[in-house]
Amino acid sequence: MQKSLHIDANKCTGCLQCEMACSYENHGVFNIAKSRIKVFNFEHAGRKVPYTCTQCAEAWCMNACPVDAIRIDATTGAKAVHEDICVGCKVCTIACPFGTVNYVAETGKVQKCDLCGGEPACADACPTGAITYVDADWTGLDKMRAWAGKTDTQARATA
Amino acid sequence: MAWNRKILRVDLTKGTCKVEALNMEWAQEYLGQRGLATKYFVEEVDPKVDPLAPENKLIMTTGPLTGTPVSTGGRYSVVTKGALTGAIACSNSGGYFGSELKFAGWDMIIFEGKSPKPVYLSIEDDKTELKDAAHLWGKTVFQTEEIIKSSHQDPQIRVSSIGRSGENGVLFACIVNDLHRAAGRSGVGTVMGSKNLKAVAVRGKNGSGGSVKNPKAFMAATKAAKKVLADNAVTGQGLPKYGTQVLMNVINEMGALPTRNHRDVQFEDARKISGEAMHEKRPTDGKTHLVTNAACFGCTIACGRISKIDESHFSVVNKPEYWGASGGLEYEAAWALGAANGVGDLEALQYVNVLCNEDGFDPITFGATVAAAMELYDLGILTKEQIGIEAPFGSAQALVELAQMTAQGIGFGKELGMGSARLCAKYGRPELSMGVKKQEFPAYDSRGIQGMGLGYATSNRGACHLRAYTVASEVLGIPVKTDPLVTEGKADLVKAFQDATSVFDSAGVCAFTTFAWSLADLQPQLDAACEGDWTMEKLSLLGERVWNMERLFNNAAGFTAKDDDLPPRLKTEAAKTGPAKGLVNGIDKMRPEYYKARGWTPEGVPTKETLDRLGL
Repeated sequence: MQKSLHIDANKCTGCLQCEMACSYENHGVFNIAKSRIKVFNFEHAGRKVPYTCTQCAEAWCMNACPVDAIRIDATTGAKAVHEDICVGCKVCTIACPFGTVNYVAETGKVQKCDLCGGEPACADACPTGAITYVDADWTGLDKMRAWAGKTDTQARATA
Repeated sequence: MAWNRKILRVDLTKGTCKVEALNMEWAQEYLGQRGLATKYFVEEVDPKVDPLAPENKLIMTTGPLTGTPVSTGGRYSVVTKGALTGAIACSNSGGYFGSELKFAGWDMIIFEGKSPKPVYLSIEDDKTELKDAAHLWGKTVFQTEEIIKSSHQDPQIRVSSIGRSGENGVLFACIVNDLHRAAGRSGVGTVMGSKNLKAVAVRGKNGSGGSVKNPKAFMAATKAAKKVLADNAVTGQGLPKYGTQVLMNVINEMGALPTRNHRDVQFEDARKISGEAMHEKRPTDGKTHLVTNAACFGCTIACGRISKIDESHFSVVNKPEYWGASGGLEYEAAWALGAANGVGDLEALQYVNVLCNEDGFDPITFGATVAAAMELYDLGILTKEQIGIEAPFGSAQALVELAQMTAQGIGFGKELGMGSARLCAKYGRPELSMGVKKQEFPAYDSRGIQGMGLGYATSNRGACHLRAYTVASEVLGIPVKTDPLVTEGKADLVKAFQDATSVFDSAGVCAFTTFAWSLADLQPQLDAACEGDWTMEKLSLLGERVWNMERLFNNAAGFTAKDDDLPPRLKTEAAKTGPAKGLVNGIDKMRPEYYKARGWTPEGVPTKETLDRLGL
């Protein structure tokens, strides 16, 4: 079963544990500036929204890469950057419509979410279930359930 | 390293920024944040100093766990001599500023002297610079943050700043970060304003190293401790759902909700301003007051409230700038602006709370000062002509107008800006100021919760609920239930809470973790993160050491046992209703017991034996 990250922004509190977990998992440091997942705070609306790569099937970044440095991980389906091949040309950062692949000046390469090899640290660290790692075919299941619960189509006995 | 081992010393008089190594010997004895910064402060500052003189210093400080994945690990504190109190001040704030300062590579910033003109400090990792703040002076906290982010072209900069009240000398000005988190009490923002320091803007890309002493043990310890918070009814359910406002109805039922300047102990409209009310749909627009809960950096509790004011409410009609979501209401603010004044209008309270954040003044002291003014008005001592408006208890209109005057520093707002102690003294009724050491009480009446009276009286920063939150024990049964109506055993209880809280405040975590965590939950996290051997014994002793160090400073500043007292109202006017009906606070009985438990003389001075035992 292929899984994907599922984000429910309504549950996000803005604690940034996901960003800390991401930087620690991928860089061995506590540094949200290096996180591949970012939480955006829309103050006036009172909304916090975690955002990261959705692992497009036809990935723009992968197609745009001139040196074939972004490849599909056979186990997870993640589009992973191979740093040893990446030349830091940044074409993928232009191609990605969502901005979720970014250049890292320190290394001269790009970085993006690779699903941590199948155990995403952000989902594990999220205290509220705003970020979960679920069956890729059923990311809408919770929303379906919520709406199903609101429908009123059953016949009822009337007094 | 849990510590960055690096201090920034900013001489505002000369306009210089210097790097210093953190004193690691002191770190072993005082840990960080409240403890360690206070150690620096007492070593460097004359206790007799005028709080608003250039010789007073102001320290912004993080703890060793700030900027790590420990739950609530985003705290920072401001240590100085308080403008409101003249006592040692340490005000703690969450949000994202503290962790950003840590990520930039610093443990603390020591500000000294006074800048000849308004400046702000810009920190981008190792790059530090005092910048001209002429364009920021006169601006609110909200405007200051926006202008700095925009001029630096970096939306991820974190800002701590003062609003107009800090510039205008309001004695209970806060330092506000991330729009609505604040180092709130004792007038730390007033001290900042007196130094012509408008703001500190930090961007940290360095990170906090990651090399804690034992990373694997640290990650395991933080994970286990997070589970303790999640499984606890208060930190796992009550606080996320209702915030600290979960307490409004509970404390009112206890007969411990100070009402109308402590004339009453129960508020007839408590329900209307409660956490439950914030979840109810308004009849006017069908929306709930509360929009969502929110967390500070690293916090897995998320008690913060984000609300929207009813657009048709009189306070914000034709003011669309106040229609968006904003921080509040928390319990203390809801009480101080509401019950303390007899005002039961939730929307008005939130509007005033936003003004407090916007211009940086403490809603507890402000609300309690309005309460004192309303009592003076009620007694005919203050008149409509003097105040500029009618100000009877219960008037939301008066509350709103007085808040606007205070924020802008106009009219009677200038008098309110002195705080209740100076206001009441000026009008010949000093006994009507409800506070200790010139700092106003928070939201618990000590006739209904006896231990809080002792906690207030002996708090090193003036009346405060966060130095010894015996409400946990006396009301909620944490860690053990004690009878709130008796004085027996409260001396030891208060001492235990004061010492333990000193450790939590020195670590970089939030006091609210203590609803679920004991020192035994904090210890493994500290021990895995910090170099050295952090045993329970060492931490317990450290907490007591910090408390006594603060006490010594206050004693040297001129405070005596006479200042460890409550206003006569709480000692002579019995509670009129509720479970505490007929009771006054037994402070005069508890105080000597407390001094004895502390190893102090009957005059409240630590004995030589006590100081030797604590290594002071």
